[in-house]
Amino acid sequence: MKKNKSFCAYPYYVWMITFIVIPLLLVLWYALFKSENDSIVFTTEYIKRFFEPIYIQVFLRSIVLAVISTAICLVIGYPLAYILAGKTFKHKNMLMFLVIVPMWMNFLLRTYAWLTILEKNGILNQILRFLNLPTQNILYTNYAVILGMVYNYLPFMVLPLYTVLSKMDINLINAAEDLGANKLTVFKKVVFPLSLPGVVSGITMTFMPAVTTFVISKLLGGGQTTLIGDLIENQFKVANDWNFGSALSLILMVIILLSMRVMTKYEQENEGGGLF
Amino acid sequence: MKNSIIRLENISKTYGDTKVLNELNLSIKKNEFLTLLGPSGCGKTTTLKIIGGFETPDEGNVYFEEQCINTLPPYKRKLNTVFQKYALFPNMNVFENIAFGLRIKKLPSLEIESCVKDVLNMVNLNGFEKRDISSLSGGQQQRVAIARAIVNKPDVLLLDEPLGALDLKLRKDMQIELKNIQKQLGITFIYVTHDQEEALTMSDTIVVMNNGLVQQIGSPVDIYNEPQNAFVADFIGESIIVDGIMHEDFVVEFIGHKFECLDKGFDKMEAVDVVIRPEDVKIVEKDAGKFNVVIDSVTFKGVHYEMVAHTDNVCDTKWLIHSTQKAVEGSTVGINLEPNDIHIMKKLSAEVGDSYEEK
Amino acid sequence: MKKSIYRLYTFLVYFFLYAPIIVLIVYSFNESSSRGKWGGFSLKWYAELFDNPTIMTSLKNTLLIALLSAVIATIIGTLAAIGIHKLKPFTKNFVMDITYLPVLNPDIVTGISLMLLFVFLSIPLGFVSLLLSHITFNIPYVILNVMPKLKQLNPNTYEAALDLGASPIYAYSKVILPEIAPGILTGFLFALTLSIDDFVVSFFTTGPGVSTLSITIYSMTRKGIKPEINALSALMFITVLILLFIVNYRSENSKKENIDEQNI
Repeated sequence: MKKNKSFCAYPYYVWMITFIVIPLLLVLWYALFKSENDSIVFTTEYIKRFFEPIYIQVFLRSIVLAVISTAICLVIGYPLAYILAGKTFKHKNMLMFLVIVPMWMNFLLRTYAWLTILEKNGILNQILRFLNLPTQNILYTNYAVILGMVYNYLPFMVLPLYTVLSKMDINLINAAEDLGANKLTVFKKVVFPLSLPGVVSGITMTFMPAVTTFVISKLLGGGQTTLIGDLIENQFKVANDWNFGSALSLILMVIILLSMRVMTKYEQENEGGGLF
Repeated sequence: MKNSIIRLENISKTYGDTKVLNELNLSIKKNEFLTLLGPSGCGKTTTLKIIGGFETPDEGNVYFEEQCINTLPPYKRKLNTVFQKYALFPNMNVFENIAFGLRIKKLPSLEIESCVKDVLNMVNLNGFEKRDISSLSGGQQQRVAIARAIVNKPDVLLLDEPLGALDLKLRKDMQIELKNIQKQLGITFIYVTHDQEEALTMSDTIVVMNNGLVQQIGSPVDIYNEPQNAFVADFIGESIIVDGIMHEDFVVEFIGHKFECLDKGFDKMEAVDVVIRPEDVKIVEKDAGKFNVVIDSVTFKGVHYEMVAHTDNVCDTKWLIHSTQKAVEGSTVGINLEPNDIHIMKKLSAEVGDSYEEK
Repeated sequence: MKKSIYRLYTFLVYFFLYAPIIVLIVYSFNESSSRGKWGGFSLKWYAELFDNPTIMTSLKNTLLIALLSAVIATIIGTLAAIGIHKLKPFTKNFVMDITYLPVLNPDIVTGISLMLLFVFLSIPLGFVSLLLSHITFNIPYVILNVMPKLKQLNPNTYEAALDLGASPIYAYSKVILPEIAPGILTGFLFALTLSIDDFVVSFFTTGPGVSTLSITIYSMTRKGIKPEINALSALMFITVLILLFIVNYRSENSKKENIDEQNI
C-alpha cells in the first residue's frame, strides 16, 4: 500500500532532475570547463578572474549596499512589527496585510515610480523648493539604490518579525513585569532575545535579494552603480562570456547557500519562527 | 477588615459585550490560603489578573494593606504570580529564570546564588541550576515557576491554575507540597482553580464564583456541608437536586412526600431546591423507607457502589446513591433520609440558573 | 502619548510604502504623456490601453503563463508532496534539500541555469521555455505549502477509511484531499502571484517576440514608461486589492465566529 503512494512523486523527480539538478550542473560545467581547439579542458581561469581587483570591488560594493539596506530595514521594520503586534491597533491583521499589499504591484513599476519622485524636477524637489529648502539630487547614486532596496524588501523584514512577536506568549511579558522588570528591561531580557529567530529570517529574506539584484541598481543607480547581479547579467546579455557569467553565478550561489546553512542552523537551535 | 491584606471593592470588568465581573467584593486575610473556584468563564482568572495588575478594573478599587493600588503597574506590586502553563523564559536556564527578579533588584551575585539555591532546595530541585527549560518535565517546570515567584519573598503569591497541566498523580503530590510551602513561608496564597477537589484539599477559604458573581465564601467544610445554593451544591461534590415546597418551618415536601428538615425562615409554600448528597441516601428494605425507588444500574467504584435509581411515582426523579450496600439491578428498594441529610436552598435567580443548566 | 507616537510612526512607514503607488495611480490620470508634468485629469490612457497591442499581448502572455504554470505546478507539486511525505527520513531530507534550491537560490542563478539548459537541449527560447521555467520555480512553493498539512494529518483517519471499506483512491479523495485542500489552495495562489510578479527568471528564459508584462515594462524603462502601463497596473492593483480585502474580511469573520463558539 505504502509503495503505491511513492509513485505519486515520480513525475516530480523527473522534473526535479531535469530542471533543477541538470541546469545547476551546466552552470558548474560552464564555470569550470572551456573548449580549446576542439577539446574540452578543465580550467580555473574564470573562477580566478573573479578575484581580480575590479570584480572584487563590485562584489564588495554589492555586499556593503546590501548590508546597509538590510540594517535600515531592520531599524525601520522592528519597531513597526512591534507596534503592529501590540495593542495600539485593533485591526492588526488588516494592517499587516497592508504591508504586503504593495508587493502585488509590479516591482519594476514601483521602483520606476521612485524616478518620478526623486529626479531633478521630481515631486520631492518640487516640495522642497516649495518649502524653500535645498533640493536633493540623490537619483543615480548609491543612496537611491539603497532607498530602492529598503523600499522593495522592507515587507520581507516586517513579516517574519511580526509573526514571531505576535505569537509571543503574553504571559512571558506579564511574568517579567511581575518579577519587577520595567518595560525596557522586559524588552531587553525577554522580548528581543525571543524574537531573534524572526530577526534572523528577516535579515536572510532581505539581504539575499538585495545582494543579487540587478534591476534596482539599473533603474535607480542609472548604470553608475554596478553590482554583482549587473555583472552576471552583463556576461550573458552583452559580453556573451557565458563561462565567466557561470563562474560568477557559481560563486554567488555557494556564498548564499553557505550563509543560509549557517543561518538556518542558528534558527533551528532557537526553535525558529520563520515564515514556513 | 482589619487584618485583610488585599481588598476588592465593587470590581466590575467587561470584555466586549460580556460582563466578566459584576461588582465583586472580596477581602483576603493575611497568611491565608484562599482559592477562587468556579467553572471556566466565571471570572476567577480575571480577578487574579486584576490583583496582579495585568488588567485594570472598569469600576471599583483594589486595596493592598488598605492603600488603593489601582494604577500601580505590576512591577511595583509586592506580589508575584505563578502563571498558567508556567510562562518560563525559554531563552534562560533554570538559574537565570529564578534569578530574574533578584537581578532586577540588583542584589549582589553571591546573595543571588544562595537565594536561588535555597529556593531550589525548597521545591526539591537541587542541582538543576544549569538545566534548560525545554529539558524539564511538566512537574519540574511547575516547580521552577513556583521557585521563580517565591524567591522574591512576596507578601502574596498568586497562582493561576498552576497544576492544570499535570497528570493526576503528580497533581496530588504537588497539592500537598504547595500547602507545605505556604505554611513554611507564612504568606498569603491566592489560588485559582476549577477543580473542586483541589480547592477542598488545600484551602483555608474557598470563594465559589459563577458568571462574575461570588456564590459563596467559606471554609471547605462549610462549603461542602452547607452549600448556599444549588449551584454551589452541584459544583462542589455530587448531589441530587429536586424541586420542593416548604410547608412550614422544618417541614418540606418533595417527590410527593413530606420530610422533616432542619431549615426554617422560608415563606409558607415557597418553592425551594432540595439538595441531598448521594452518600447520605440510606437504602432499606422495600416499603420500609420513606419511599421506594427502582435501581437502574449499579457500578462498583472501589470504596462504594454507585447506583442510579428512579422513583416509581408520578414525579419521576433520578437518584444517585453512594452506598457500601449493594442492591440488585431492577429491584425495588426503600429510601430513608434523616433530617440533617436534607438541605433546603432558595431557588436560584434566573440568570444563575441558566448557566447552571448549560453546565 | 505613547500611542500617538506609535500611530505617527506607523503612518510614516505606510506612507513610505505607498508613496510610489499613489504617484503611479495619480499619473495614470495624467493628460500629458510625460512623466513629472501634470497636464490635467484624463481617462484617455485607460481607453488607449486596450488598443495597445504590445501591452495587450504581454498581458495575455502573463495571465496565460501564470494560470498554466500554477495549475501544472499544483498538480505535480501536490502529488510530489504526498509521495515525499512517505519517504524515509534520509531520502526525504535529500529530496527536500534539492526542492529548496530554487527557493533559496538567487533568482538570477535560477534564470541563467535554466537558460543554459534550454540552449543545451536546443529548446528555442520563447513561450514554451518560459512556461517550463515558471512551473519549475512554482513547484517548490506548492510542495512547501502542502507538506505541513500532510504532517498535521492524523494517520489514523486514512486507515479508518480503509477499515470502513473504502478503496485507497476513495479514501484519498474523501478523507485526505479535503484535509490538505487549504494547503493546495495557498500553494496555487502563491504560484499564481509569483508567476505574475516574476521578472528575473523570465528575463533570462524568454526569447524574441514573447514578452510578459514585466519584460515589456523593463524594456520600456529605457525609453520611458508609457502611461498606459500605469493605467493597467492601477487597474490590476485595485482588482487584487479588492479581492484580497474580501478574502481577508471573510476569513476574519469566520475566525471571530470560531472564537465565539469556543467561548460558549
